[in-house]
Amino acid sequence: MKKYSAFSLVKESFNNHLGWEKAWKKSNPKKNYKIIIVGAGGHGLATAYYLGKNFGIKDVAVLEKGWLGGGNTGRNTTIIRSNYLQEESAAIYEKSRLLYETLSQELNYNVMFSPRGVMMLCQTEHELRAMKRTCHANRIYGVDTIMISPARMKEMIPIINIKGPRYPILGGLWQPRGGTARHDAVAWGYARAISSWGVDIIENCEVIGIKKNKNKISSVQTTKGDISCEKMCFVVAGNSSVMAELCGFRLPVESVALQALVSEPIKPVMNCVVMANTVHGYMSQSDKGEMVIGGGADGYNNYSQRGSFQHIEETVRALIETFPFISRLRQLRQWGGIVDMTGDRSPIISKTPVDNIYLNCGWGTGGFKAIPGSGWATAELVAKGEPGELAAPFSLERFKEGRMIDESVAAAVAH
Amino acid sequence: MLKFICPYCQVEADETELTPGGEAHLKRMGPGSSDQEFYNYLFERKNPRGIHFERWLHSYGCGKWFHVVRCTKTMEVFGTYSAQENNPPKKILDIVKKRISFGKKIK
Repeated sequence: MKKYSAFSLVKESFNNHLGWEKAWKKSNPKKNYKIIIVGAGGHGLATAYYLGKNFGIKDVAVLEKGWLGGGNTGRNTTIIRSNYLQEESAAIYEKSRLLYETLSQELNYNVMFSPRGVMMLCQTEHELRAMKRTCHANRIYGVDTIMISPARMKEMIPIINIKGPRYPILGGLWQPRGGTARHDAVAWGYARAISSWGVDIIENCEVIGIKKNKNKISSVQTTKGDISCEKMCFVVAGNSSVMAELCGFRLPVESVALQALVSEPIKPVMNCVVMANTVHGYMSQSDKGEMVIGGGADGYNNYSQRGSFQHIEETVRALIETFPFISRLRQLRQWGGIVDMTGDRSPIISKTPVDNIYLNCGWGTGGFKAIPGSGWATAELVAKGEPGELAAPFSLERFKEGRMIDESVAAAVAH
Repeated sequence: MLKFICPYCQVEADETELTPGGEAHLKRMGPGSSDQEFYNYLFERKNPRGIHFERWLHSYGCGKWFHVVRCTKTMEVFGTYSAQENNPPKKILDIVKKRISFGKKIK
């Protein structure tokens, strides 16, 4: 792998930029790997990366039925934050946010992490109290957030309307080190790093079956032939239930569509991420000038990667009172992704009923921000066979034990 | 937008006047069941990429619950039937079978 640097840029500019090599290698499967990871999205690639970096395991294949980063990694609104209420969530999301801070340097790939700040609006008395509670909880767990006044919010974002008749702004939860990153670059950066170690990334390779010996997986049947392995970990987000069915068990998740949209590009109007949870809408401005808008998920099972039409209207309608200027913007494009929702809206990083199959799923509507931390925790689980400190609370067993990590009513964000 | 015919009031209802209610025909487990059975009832879902039997509420219509058979991959609706049916009626299962054997198998 050639290092990207100012020097290499100057050198290539004298060479008509003909010397750049492919960022990662397209591979065909070998017969056998130590570990197979199913799903080449952010979480799967990050898992492969930390397996190599933290545990020196590089005999790994990452299988992908479509193309690299083509699922939810390429479909989210790129928001990174860690202001969660519960201790377990705060730990893993804050770990993730910390890793994001230096990810570009670490991967030698610019993921454009922009800690521009995340502002959560409080638009009812109840929400104001809930956010204060979250703020105190964050302080205990070492997540840097503060409460800010409406006047301060108006000062920071002059275009915001804090005197809405229906939902006036009563205050805000401000996480100064939250922000956004270039989502595709996160997948590409990880892919480039692991590919340089010789990890095989195999696209257009769908898993169609599992061969088990007693209660252990012996090989994975794919559209590119059988591949045997010592351990398998599936990180397939919306398709987790389908993979679990192949492995012979069921999961406490349901797949639903989540949509987002961007407006036409406009001049800079907003320099941080704003989330309005009471009305289900969140917005940031991309570096290209588009307003990136996301909302709540649909309520019914869906694998079509398209959401309900009226949800787009609801999301935009919700934001118009606080941001009147968006009523005059045109929508540039709109898309949907399939997210896997658990009952408590917290992820699952866990061993499974099959001895050497591991699982990372259930990130629901908030997986992008967790990519590095999730990969870190999953790699530890797969390498050691036992979860580490970060992953342990998120086991599959927690549902049976009634040990929920409840972010559905506590979450700072609409679900 | 999804559209179902409500089996009670026969109205062709848009998705906006309906509320989704999740997987249908779950067998309620209570006292006397094992922990595993209770867990399965509470949490485990089929969540198939394909034919899904589910419950919907005609919330802005007649206010009644009913059943829908739908493909989660193609969004094709195979039919609706009343909430009083414990199992999907043969008529609807036949439609599902015909559609699957007619076209490519829906995964």
